Amino acid sequence: MPSVMIRKGEDDELLFYIAKKDQEDPIEKVETDTDDAWGGVVTLTDGSEWYIDPISPRPSFPTTLRFKRA
Amino acid sequence: MSSMTREETQALIQEVLEVYPEKAKKDRAKHLTVNDHEVEQSKKCITSNRKSAPGVMTIRGCAYAGSKGVVWGPIKDMIHISHGPVGCGQYSRAGRRNYYVGTTGINTYGTMNFTSDFQEKDIVFGGDKKLEKLIDEIETLFPLNKGISVQSECPIGLIGDDIEAVSKKKGAEYEKPIVPVRCEGFRGVSQSLGHHIANDAVRDWTLGARDDDDTWEATDYDVAILGDYNIGGDAWASRILLEEMGLRVVAQWSGDGTISEMELTPKVKLNLLHCYRSMNYISRHMEEKYGIPWMEYNFFGPTKMAESLRKIAAFFDESIQEKCEAVIAKYKPEMDAVIEKYRPRLEGKKVMLYIGGLRPRHVIGAYEDLGMEVVGTGYEFAHNDDYDRTIKEMGDATLIYDDVTGFEFEEFVKRVKPDLIGSGIKEKYIFQKMGIPFRQMHSWDYSGPYHGYDGFAIFARDMDMTLNNPCWNKLKAPWLASDDDEAPVAAAGE
Ligand code: SF4
Repeated sequence: MPSVMIRKGEDDELLFYIAKKDQEDPIEKVETDTDDAWGGVVTLTDGSEWYIDPISPRPSFPTTLRFKRA
Repeated sequence: MSSMTREETQALIQEVLEVYPEKAKKDRAKHLTVNDHEVEQSKKCITSNRKSAPGVMTIRGCAYAGSKGVVWGPIKDMIHISHGPVGCGQYSRAGRRNYYVGTTGINTYGTMNFTSDFQEKDIVFGGDKKLEKLIDEIETLFPLNKGISVQSECPIGLIGDDIEAVSKKKGAEYEKPIVPVRCEGFRGVSQSLGHHIANDAVRDWTLGARDDDDTWEATDYDVAILGDYNIGGDAWASRILLEEMGLRVVAQWSGDGTISEMELTPKVKLNLLHCYRSMNYISRHMEEKYGIPWMEYNFFGPTKMAESLRKIAAFFDESIQEKCEAVIAKYKPEMDAVIEKYRPRLEGKKVMLYIGGLRPRHVIGAYEDLGMEVVGTGYEFAHNDDYDRTIKEMGDATLIYDDVTGFEFEEFVKRVKPDLIGSGIKEKYIFQKMGIPFRQMHSWDYSGPYHGYDGFAIFARDMDMTLNNPCWNKLKAPWLASDDDEAPVAAAGE
């Protein structure tokens, strides 16, 4: 369960930064992404998938969350 | 001047790999690649931040070097103890040329070496007592210091000393920040982890010191320069431009920086990050905790500088943007004159680089401003996010090498035949003896600054001075030279 910092990139896209691995990739798709919840399976542009129980209310970014490999 | 094609470059890599045993070959192959603009993510084509193979010559340093030498060392009003045996600190003393103002030994300590000079009995019985004594001595001899950092060398982690406890105790006693840094050299694969550990120590021990204190007056135009170590005065040459633009530079991390500047940084409006590799960690932390946005910028060469200045100005209001344009316009004639003078002498020359974690991509623009072409580049300790950024900056089909070995670098140079190599002190004399002009690009070869407009003029002069130096034609003994040896000896390596 690595802790992951999610922040907004220059074009407002969400970036997924795994601190331990020093690896940052843009998020392509978030399963649950509504006004009052955010989470589920998160797919990155490199194809990898991560999971977090949906959080409500929707967190404000940047923030650090703990993800599981989906 | 024709560059190599993709196939040729690929073949060259294969050829160089031939000498390795099967396993090493497989491993090293992942670290060498031909640049391809089509590739979006560098991890598809290059592996980085891995342990160097035993038996090869690597040019990397250790975590202690990353923390003491790079991040903490330049903070001038703190005393940085090289905790452990004497050599690690003494052999690296003052080698990085981070300039600072102050009176060394009185209120600044940048070029001095403080060490606990471990002996056998300290290893056997532990060195915590010695550390306490050392801190007491420092307080007596250098009472004007603003804080102390304890930079662990290898043995500290091995014998399990509790430097945190000593630091806490002494910090309370003297009411000064005393920061233990667990940057033992054996941690990680290169100095890169040392940067990370150092950033974390800043975060945990100093950054929040003034969180509840709003006596300091902030303005809307406060910025901090992060990841500029003032090599030969780099940060000064950058700072004046930001100030001319109407911004207030609150802190320099860490070249010519102070601990008080660091403690004020959480109050700025924007963090400007030059060396992404060594300070992205703390930038990310400040973004999350204090909501301070950060942006990477590049102050090498007028083209990149104008881009960066405009990008910085875009964060602020129109008055700043106007002044930004005025700054760019003001220096333009000066820069045009530099380019007019040196470009004809440097046009079309090929450069190969092999530097630390930022410059292999950041200086490309400056070379291009002079009409030169970077045909190969590589990092000692970059991670994949650095290579992501490099792919875009480098020309298609150029050579990229990660943690290159001494052998590979030499072979590449023999085949690619660059007109100039920019790398570190360990590579310098090999290539100079091969007859190839060389610039030491870590400490600017005792020159600098290279950042900012002032820096570019010096950069251009230095490149010309090195490349067109008449000595390169005189490397062969006169009795060995035949008539057709008149041409430059840049290829004398074979
Ligand atoms: S690896 Fe260890 S012993 Fe060597 S310089 Fe680094 S800290 Fe010192």
